[in-house]
Amino acid sequence: MLTFNLLVVISLAYVAFLFTIAFAAERRAARGQDAWLRSPLIYTLSLSIYCTAWTFYGAVGYAARSGLEYLTIYLGPTIVVIGWWWVVRKLVRIGRAQRITSVADLISSRFGKSTALGVLVTLIAVVAATPYIALQLQSVTLSFAVFADGTGTSWGEGELNAAALAVAAGLVLFTILFGTRNLDANERHHGVVMAIAAEAVIKLCALVTVGIFVVWGIAGGPAQTLALIDASPISAWTQSGSRWVGLTFVSGAAFLCLPRMFQVLVVENSDERHLATASWAFPLYLMVMSLFVVPIAVVGLNLMPAGSNPDLFVLTVPLSQGHEGLAVFSFLGGFSSATSMVIVATIALSTMVSNHIVVPLWLSSQRQGAMMSGDVRAVVLLSRRLSIAGVLGLGYVYYRLSGGGTALAAIGLISFTGAVQILPAMLGGLFWRGATRWGAAAGLTLGFAVWAWSLFLPSFGAGAVIPADVLAHGPWGIGWLRPQAMFGIVGMDPVVHAVFWSMLVNAGAFFVGSVLTFPTPMERLQGAQFVNVFEHSTGTRAWAQSAAEAEDLLIMSQRILGPSEAQAIFQREAARQGKVGYLPDVTPGFVDLLERELAGSVGAATAHAMIGQLIEGASVSVEDLIRVADEAAQILEYSNRLEAKSAEQDRTARALRDANEKLTALSIQKDAFLSQISHELRTPMTSIRSFSEILRDGGMEAVDQEKYAGIIHAEALRLTRLLDDLLDLSVLENGQVTLNVETGSLRDLIDRAVSAAGLRADGIRIARRKSDEAVPLTTDLDRLTQVFINLIANAQKYCTAAQPELRIVVQRSAGGTTVDFIDNGAGIEARSQQVIFEKFSRLADHGKAGGAGLGLAICREIMARLGGTIAYLPGQGGAAFRVTLPKAEALAAE
Amino acid sequence: MSRSPVFLARASYRQRRLRDAIRALPVLGGVLCLIPLLWPHAGAEAQRTSSAIIYLFVVWTLLIVLAAVLSRLVRPDPAPDATEDA
Repeated sequence: MLTFNLLVVISLAYVAFLFTIAFAAERRAARGQDAWLRSPLIYTLSLSIYCTAWTFYGAVGYAARSGLEYLTIYLGPTIVVIGWWWVVRKLVRIGRAQRITSVADLISSRFGKSTALGVLVTLIAVVAATPYIALQLQSVTLSFAVFADGTGTSWGEGELNAAALAVAAGLVLFTILFGTRNLDANERHHGVVMAIAAEAVIKLCALVTVGIFVVWGIAGGPAQTLALIDASPISAWTQSGSRWVGLTFVSGAAFLCLPRMFQVLVVENSDERHLATASWAFPLYLMVMSLFVVPIAVVGLNLMPAGSNPDLFVLTVPLSQGHEGLAVFSFLGGFSSATSMVIVATIALSTMVSNHIVVPLWLSSQRQGAMMSGDVRAVVLLSRRLSIAGVLGLGYVYYRLSGGGTALAAIGLISFTGAVQILPAMLGGLFWRGATRWGAAAGLTLGFAVWAWSLFLPSFGAGAVIPADVLAHGPWGIGWLRPQAMFGIVGMDPVVHAVFWSMLVNAGAFFVGSVLTFPTPMERLQGAQFVNVFEHSTGTRAWAQSAAEAEDLLIMSQRILGPSEAQAIFQREAARQGKVGYLPDVTPGFVDLLERELAGSVGAATAHAMIGQLIEGASVSVEDLIRVADEAAQILEYSNRLEAKSAEQDRTARALRDANEKLTALSIQKDAFLSQISHELRTPMTSIRSFSEILRDGGMEAVDQEKYAGIIHAEALRLTRLLDDLLDLSVLENGQVTLNVETGSLRDLIDRAVSAAGLRADGIRIARRKSDEAVPLTTDLDRLTQVFINLIANAQKYCTAAQPELRIVVQRSAGGTTVDFIDNGAGIEARSQQVIFEKFSRLADHGKAGGAGLGLAICREIMARLGGTIAYLPGQGGAAFRVTLPKAEALAAE
Repeated sequence: MSRSPVFLARASYRQRRLRDAIRALPVLGGVLCLIPLLWPHAGAEAQRTSSAIIYLFVVWTLLIVLAAVLSRLVRPDPAPDATEDA
């Protein structure tokens, strides 16, 4: 007989296997090899988290108790998915266009980026998910108990609770490790998706294997199985029509509204075309999952002693026949179903809790507002991790309170009905421009209240939360408020009763509330973008004008998205506008784009509020309102096309304007430089001439002679240096330079540069992290050192801080290696950043520098020859230069 | 030859009708799933549970096949990120 400890070892080994898969997928995605991670197959398999432990264990129990009714739970989603052209396609398109992070974000975003609605939906989703998570804990615990029974130790309540707690803790750990690595929900959780796809395959194989064993191994073939079914008690079951229709509706709606389904269906979707495959492949998966449920239930009822739990037939039937291997496989299938659901559900819920509750609270507690100090990402990640633990904690509490003895399917239906309360606001928001946030709030609140009163609270048992006499006679004796017979209609099935009244009240309040109230401009704008998502290919601008500086926006974005991500976005936009560097013009279009990027991390409402604090501009212009109100879409499309054409001209004009500004600035500087260089050349020439005349005239002491010759020599050296620089630059510019390619380490290079820069003891302090600098390089090392020396010497010369410090930061990414030189001085103002790399350009205070203004120009030419770049990096609180090392060299060296 | 159709954009017309077919599919599926409720439950005419199982799984398979065929034939709108390249 299989020992219980062996089973625990097998489970741990299985978890380790999942870790490996998730880890490998993350590694591949990080290296850019994620093409097959984004295939329609993986997408379809990830949708199968719809089939949880409820399906794996509960469906058989459901069939044993209520016949074919279990099929409604799978027919509902089938109808929704094969009708993908209606709703799912629109949801996915909107999710991508608006960078939606969760179902709460969708509702909040649609109704004017309302924070309050986000909170409301989050609360509903968390409460509704609690029974479902408890269901998973209960099923895993029960399946462990089956094996413990087999070894002769019957589990009491204490052991069951301990096992549930251990499972919950393990799931918290796994979810935190793989679910909160990335902050941007739109960056997708490759590891998690890959792990749940693997689990999808395992649970399907396990259930089918048990099914085949039951049909051919025990019953003796399909014909005999059908005969068994007709002879079994299941046949005597008469199906109630209202339950059949009601449950099909609830399961179809829950497929769209459940936070975890929304996560895999919309947020993790990487390509809209995957829907076409999923539209038939997912129903196929559901069908195969349901195929053997009735045979297993019938055979279980025949074989097992009366009174045994039908939810566990999938395990107990193979065990009773002595097939332990099969039972363990089946156990792993159930384990997979439960864990994959809990992982995705907690990720989805924790995103909602942190984006819609924690971050807004934290932001409003910060005095500085959007320009806060510190990294927001740390707060967001911490809040997500705590939320994951919190959500699982709630599930455990529900499991304890409900006693853990209820049929799995009954618990699942409570959860589904709660989640479905989001449906009216979701569909109304998708298809009806007249829907308002007041309507949505009214519908959600009342629907949730009816659900809680009629289904959720009674689920704890009569007398547990609602006293027994209230259940029987209504609160204060008001009969029409009886939880399970509202409005005096007695005798309905409790679930159908709750679904019917909550949906009726919810949809009614949503409609009446929307009709009676007025939307804000932001709501109308968002409404138009959601409802007409397929017509408006270009989004309407939400920002009219802005008073914000690009540098302020960059500082804020760096704190939310992280420095490299934010800098990449700014650089891309600057390049699109035809500019170099990291600071694009702050156009309304760019602000819009930035807001969407931020929304992908912290949700639409928070992103909107943060941008709003910086922009200080009217958020919706009159022109936009006319567009929204304007029903003649052709005019809009025509003007869009004109806009596209003029955008191209804008880019050219902007590039020309920049060039002109640069030329003007240079021409002024060139004039200044000419007088400067004549001065520089004249001073040594004058002293050389006069001292050589004195020497020629002769008649002096040997000491003086030596002194004058020394002066002539020093001045000649100064001249040579200047001419060398000029020559060096001209050689580099003409491309006549030959590179002397060697291999060395970046650390040695920086060491050499620091010692060669001739730092004074009381001068600038260098801060380095030598561990990051172990990068092998194959390039012209001398030239690269020359660049570093120049940057270090510049920092020493120009850094104005009282205690000057230069940080040298080395970063490695997929795009190559970057070396940042960041000092703590005053920095370079935006006006000057454009010209510092030009020849002869020198900022104010000529005398102090003592150079000719060629250093950075030489650096730029050297880096261009080496195949890298050097650029000014704004927003670092001082002057900062980023040297990007050539990628090919860095890779070749690896 | 003399009765050649007057349609010029046959391909796009066919596409629009295909989309109508995809839209109609869930309606068909919903109706077919409700039909067992109409069957007599008791008496001599009563249908056996095994026939209901066979019926439902056949309908299910039919829907899957239809969805697979239609999704192969239909061309989805270009996604917003694709139009920029065009």
